[in-house]
Amino acid sequence: MSPANDILLSVKDLAVSFRSGDGVARAVDGVSFEICKGETVCIVGESGCGKTVSALSILGLIPSPLGEIVAGEILFQGLNLVGLDEERLRAIRGKKIAMVFQEPITSLNPVFTIGDQIAEAIEIHESLPRDKVHQRCLSLLKDVGIASPEERLQDYPHQLSGGQRQRVMIAMALSCMPELLIADEPTTALDVTVQSQILQLLATLQKRHGTSILYITHDLAVVSHIATRIYVMYAGLIVEQATTDRIFKSSKHPYTQGLLASLPSRLKKGQQLPSIPGTVPDPAHRPEGCPFHPRCGFAIASCRVEFPEMCDYGDGHLSRCPVLFESVSGKGDLP
Amino acid sequence: MLTFIGRSLIQKMVTLFFVSIVSFLIIHLAPGKPSQVNPLNPKFTPEILERFQKEFHLDKPLYVQYALFYKGLLTGKIVSWKDNRPVLRKIWNRFLNSLPLFIVGTLLTWTLSFPLGIRSAIYRGGIFDRTITFFSYLLISIPGFFFAYILIIFVVTRFHVPVIGMQTFGLVTTSWTPMAMDRVWHLLLPSVLGATGGIAILSRYVRTQMMEVEGQDYVRTAVAKGLPPDQVHYKHALRNALLPFATMFGLILPGLIGGSVIIESIFSWPGMGRMAYEAILARDYPIILTVNFISAVLVLAGTLLSDLLYLLVDPRIRL
Amino acid sequence: MTDRTRTPLRWNQHLDAPSSPGKSRLQESWDLFVSNRLAIAGFVIFLVFLCVAVLGVFLTSGTRPVCDPSLVRLEEKLRPPLSRPNLKVLRPEEVPALKVYLFGTDELGRDIFSRMLQGAWVSLTVGFVAVGISVLIGIFMGGMAGYFGQKHVRSGHVLAVLLIGTGFALLSIGRWLASLPFLIAGGIMFLFSGGYSRTGSRNSGGTSLHPVLHFPVMTVDTLIMRTVDIMLCFPSFFLILTVVAILPASMYNIMIVIGLTSWMGAARFVRAEFLSLREQDFVTAARALGVGKFRIIFRHMMPNALGPVLVSATIGIASAILTEAGLSFLGFGVPPPHATWGNILSDGKNFIFDAPWLTFIPGIAILIVVLSFNLFGEGLRDILNPKLRERP
Repeated sequence: MSPANDILLSVKDLAVSFRSGDGVARAVDGVSFEICKGETVCIVGESGCGKTVSALSILGLIPSPLGEIVAGEILFQGLNLVGLDEERLRAIRGKKIAMVFQEPITSLNPVFTIGDQIAEAIEIHESLPRDKVHQRCLSLLKDVGIASPEERLQDYPHQLSGGQRQRVMIAMALSCMPELLIADEPTTALDVTVQSQILQLLATLQKRHGTSILYITHDLAVVSHIATRIYVMYAGLIVEQATTDRIFKSSKHPYTQGLLASLPSRLKKGQQLPSIPGTVPDPAHRPEGCPFHPRCGFAIASCRVEFPEMCDYGDGHLSRCPVLFESVSGKGDLP
Repeated sequence: MLTFIGRSLIQKMVTLFFVSIVSFLIIHLAPGKPSQVNPLNPKFTPEILERFQKEFHLDKPLYVQYALFYKGLLTGKIVSWKDNRPVLRKIWNRFLNSLPLFIVGTLLTWTLSFPLGIRSAIYRGGIFDRTITFFSYLLISIPGFFFAYILIIFVVTRFHVPVIGMQTFGLVTTSWTPMAMDRVWHLLLPSVLGATGGIAILSRYVRTQMMEVEGQDYVRTAVAKGLPPDQVHYKHALRNALLPFATMFGLILPGLIGGSVIIESIFSWPGMGRMAYEAILARDYPIILTVNFISAVLVLAGTLLSDLLYLLVDPRIRL
Repeated sequence: MTDRTRTPLRWNQHLDAPSSPGKSRLQESWDLFVSNRLAIAGFVIFLVFLCVAVLGVFLTSGTRPVCDPSLVRLEEKLRPPLSRPNLKVLRPEEVPALKVYLFGTDELGRDIFSRMLQGAWVSLTVGFVAVGISVLIGIFMGGMAGYFGQKHVRSGHVLAVLLIGTGFALLSIGRWLASLPFLIAGGIMFLFSGGYSRTGSRNSGGTSLHPVLHFPVMTVDTLIMRTVDIMLCFPSFFLILTVVAILPASMYNIMIVIGLTSWMGAARFVRAEFLSLREQDFVTAARALGVGKFRIIFRHMMPNALGPVLVSATIGIASAILTEAGLSFLGFGVPPPHATWGNILSDGKNFIFDAPWLTFIPGIAILIVVLSFNLFGEGLRDILNPKLRERP
């Protein structure tokens, strides 16, 4: 792993609980991850696994009193963001850590022009004269690839296309040159062609500004293009983490393997598309032992009762499946 | 934009036309004739009855009466059947009496509801919110006349100020201030009464709108950008929450011709409500129909104004 | 007050995230309802009121009622609540039940408790029947506008309606024979005007007897919405007052009039819901399966549309009770000597300083009942609209 002083964000044992009609549920149940300078880290998982909640907790955007962070630390440049007072948190939001959300049409305020909204992001953190702010907005729009930026600044969000709106969101997020950009499924709501453009854009911007990116998605295919390291989440836990290469070539968790197997690109012609049987458990009613065991083809008796700890495969590759770990380390056969 | 206004105007005119027909029919097809007003009055001989009928064209067929009535209305010449005075003048006088009640009431309602509703929404669940909610429910549910009497008892026994009527009967002084104060005292209770119900309903609605807007994704974006709470609530959220109220503003217009019959009866305030009420009792058709007509005009104008305001205020709607 | 940027109860995005349901929708609604204390309080008070009203009818009707609301005892006028009757002056049958004036007496010595019992029934019936009428009309109009909105009303239809109308007019004057040809002609005209196609497709095609009859006048939606606009132009209280003043005073007239003048809100809700539901996939799926039009409307779409109607109905009952009280207060309610809460208050306003209970008792009773309906309605709204839930 990289030396300690390169770590930008370090999340340790984060737990977030939500109150629902059924009681209290832990959407995130002990999650740890790190992001280093200049890296692109991806968190991958199905809907409901807690990845968005993890991302929202970083900036303190968990809707309370419904949800709250009940345990863990989020260390950003040495500062613990959990429990930090509002004023200091606000200084970090938008300036040091910025976020791009999933639905650009609802994430932009419909009654203000996009020029106003981008300018606002700049004005709140830096005191620049009007014309300089305007200049910055223009160059930001150019950077994200929006044509005729002068006119676009006067437009309202509903006048732009989905792809353009997301570019505006990215421009807004990058306006104060943050060190970390959190992107929560930014391309899920967009067409496939636009998706790849946005991905390309993020990669370019990262190279240019050296921003670290935390990319949240459910789409493994997307992940392969941009991520340095991947964390796979399931039922509020990280079940596997490794570099992209390792995940794709030799993943060591049944869930990850299942996800990979169900990618259409891996199919040969005439083969039936495999899928993981069963459904994601309700956060309030998670199974005992390993949360994945009801759907797992490798499950043995102990999986039903023992909570699986992380198994270390070296080089930062960790996986929460002792069954596969045992078989790799010599005991028993790989089924 | 202009085509929209043009089309709306034509539609509203057609609606107005139908309203005039419907109200005319309701009045005339209902049992009971105006000549039944004073059945016990010995002076009402059959000859006078006949003259009355001829004078007001009651012997002519309905559609002729309709045409004649509305011609009279639009030229301002129709007269009340009760006392033969021109209807429009009567309405105007009463309107001037009702106007202060209306202005004070509307001002109170609109200036108080918004801060109350907004504050309730932002600090949702707190003491302020719960108190305001409690009082809102109370005020919506209390019958107006009951509340009026409670207030009257309270104000009269505690403050010893006069409340009935527009001014104290027989109060004539040379100095201007006591007379003005007297007017204010008399104005106070009826307008407050009129406003309280409105405040209760409007502030709840403001609160609901504000809460709905606060849950929107763009408010989350604003917070994620690092904006301070003031800007998040009063710039981003409020601007969107207020959209429907801009249109409600246009609907204040119909209130001009209204006037709560109950409040005016209790306080003996000679306003529009009482006039309409007395006209109904006396079967004074010209007044009833004129008030109806004016009310319809105001309602239609009010909705047109609302539509226009909506166009202006919401950038998503552009024609 | 802290500096904290208050976050709302839930971000909209999370509402769409799938979660496996732990319990059925009905169960969820019930749990929500039970946890909303105000709604429960409202419902309980309503039940109490219902029992009181029904009990009241039994206790106060008949020639020798247990609690007599119209028995005049001039010697006992304006007695305060919980006072004992003066047994020396009264005849045995004039003594009130329980030997005490529970709520006092009015200026004619009538027992207020009995009068309140009698009035409870009036308030209850007026509220429910008026709202029942308005909801039925509203659902019908709104449903027609929402579902058949794009179909055109044809000139043949208009002629048919005119013919049938004339027929009914003749009928009401008593000219049976003359009305028959009009009615029959109108009926046939309507059937042959077409405008609806047998295949149930969306377009306003169809056959008709003659092209002249086929001419489209306006869409059903426009027709119904213009009617709503016309009705909205009349200031409602005045309209009710006008009609009630003109017609002979009776409870039924009041109920019908209030019902006929307040259906517009329900119609608008139902139309809006239908318009949005019509485009939804489950309707298209049903039609693809060949399910008939009316079955789709009543079984599939209506239950979804009823939510806001139910909320506005409960609040409508509250407002109908207030309107009836107002009308009674002005003297246009149910005619005396039948007691209603409004006229007890109205009679009592002249004695407001000497006998305040005449004003306070009916006033507070109306307040509590109306409040209970309002709370119940808000509770329903909470259940039906997840975005605005106060609790998770």
